[in-house]
Amino acid sequence: MRINLDKLVLSTEILKVKQKILLSGVIYTARDAAHKRIIDILDRRGKLPFDFKNAAIYYCGPTPAKPGTVIGSCGPTTSYRMDVFTPKIIREGVKVLIGKGSRSDNVINSIKENKAIYFIVTGGVGALISKTVKKVDLISFKDLGPEAIYRLEIIDMPLIVAVDRCGNNIFKK
Amino acid sequence: MRKIRSKNIIEVVKSLCAQANYELPKDVLKSLKMNLIYEKGIAKNILEEIIQNATIAKNEQIPLCQDTGTANFFVNLGKDVYIDDGNIYNAINKGVSLGYADNYLRKSIVFDPIERKNTKYNTPANIYVDIVSGDKIKITFLPKGGGSENASTLKMLIPSIGWAGVKKFVLNVINDGSRNACPPLIVGIGVGGDFASIGLLAKKALLRRIGSKNKNKFYDVKERELLTDINKLNIGPMGIGGKTTALAVFIESKPTHIASLPVAVCVQCHSCRRKTVII
Repeated sequence: MRINLDKLVLSTEILKVKQKILLSGVIYTARDAAHKRIIDILDRRGKLPFDFKNAAIYYCGPTPAKPGTVIGSCGPTTSYRMDVFTPKIIREGVKVLIGKGSRSDNVINSIKENKAIYFIVTGGVGALISKTVKKVDLISFKDLGPEAIYRLEIIDMPLIVAVDRCGNNIFKK
Repeated sequence: MRKIRSKNIIEVVKSLCAQANYELPKDVLKSLKMNLIYEKGIAKNILEEIIQNATIAKNEQIPLCQDTGTANFFVNLGKDVYIDDGNIYNAINKGVSLGYADNYLRKSIVFDPIERKNTKYNTPANIYVDIVSGDKIKITFLPKGGGSENASTLKMLIPSIGWAGVKKFVLNVINDGSRNACPPLIVGIGVGGDFASIGLLAKKALLRRIGSKNKNKFYDVKERELLTDINKLNIGPMGIGGKTTALAVFIESKPTHIASLPVAVCVQCHSCRRKTVII
């Protein structure tokens, strides 16, 4: 199933756990260090690096782009390290989370309460994923290098629904 | 005494950084392909993506994974060779800093674990040197990602617990943490030694080729048993459920104290990148 991000954020109910989709739209990278800075900004009510309303965050720190390419290898990093920050970020309006691996109960509850959604991408296939990224812009925290925030325009990124908006969890043992 | 220049080592290391990060070893790729028949649906799709990724990475020289890892080097340094204008540590670190910059690899090392400022060169590398006979230098490079490293665990067990206790510990480690470590995994296990040495032995176990037999008959049997048990945990590719949780289990042992039974489990993701060169 091919789906556009704009359509998805308006109607997350169309997707159920374990469903495989191809996502297109604009997503923002943020991993450990960027999350810490975002939380600091929220704590002092500063200006966020991008509009969080209905936004999609991708836990990713890409390799540098070779000349003539838009991005290097760009698969997901492990999501649970962001768990402590995620409920606060969802409360600010972020609707879509993309990463790999399981999430805490707090995150799952927050996804449920806010009708958000968590997708996983296959880890360790960053060369393959790079083919779905069409445009990259550096948005913020340049000094963090691979951990900076980048705006990615993606077409047909292969994702699996890991936690749907009802809180159904693919990793439930 | 054979004389060698630092430049020679630097060039070899630079090239290792690129090759290991762009090309999945043949044994790993073969094992992934062999496991396709055990999976269906999205679990099978994941294995297919991993195999497809290896082709793209090799053909287009793109890193297999964006986490181009901590640079681990295992060196067998012949006692009859010497580096006349430097030393092995400086040469390898120089090779890593150049190799990661020139080949567009990610720099993932921070100076201090609390302050967390990037060193910008992916150095320092972890360099483990064994002095051996001969006049050659054998260098094995293992770039290791942080996700699987975080799932690795070490514990000091007591002797009375025996193999049953070791097995239980290993299965718990895999069941608790490996969904986040990009399975299918390669599991390196070290048994014996002491606190400092057993983690290193577990990591060295990852250097074995998938499909090779353990020279120790007892552990050879245990490796196969553990692999079967791990693959019954229904963790599967990327932890979503399935039969392919691990591709291989490798066990190394060493002598230990009469009071001790140290065990280390070094978890390796499916992107098991390793490459050896002899100078």
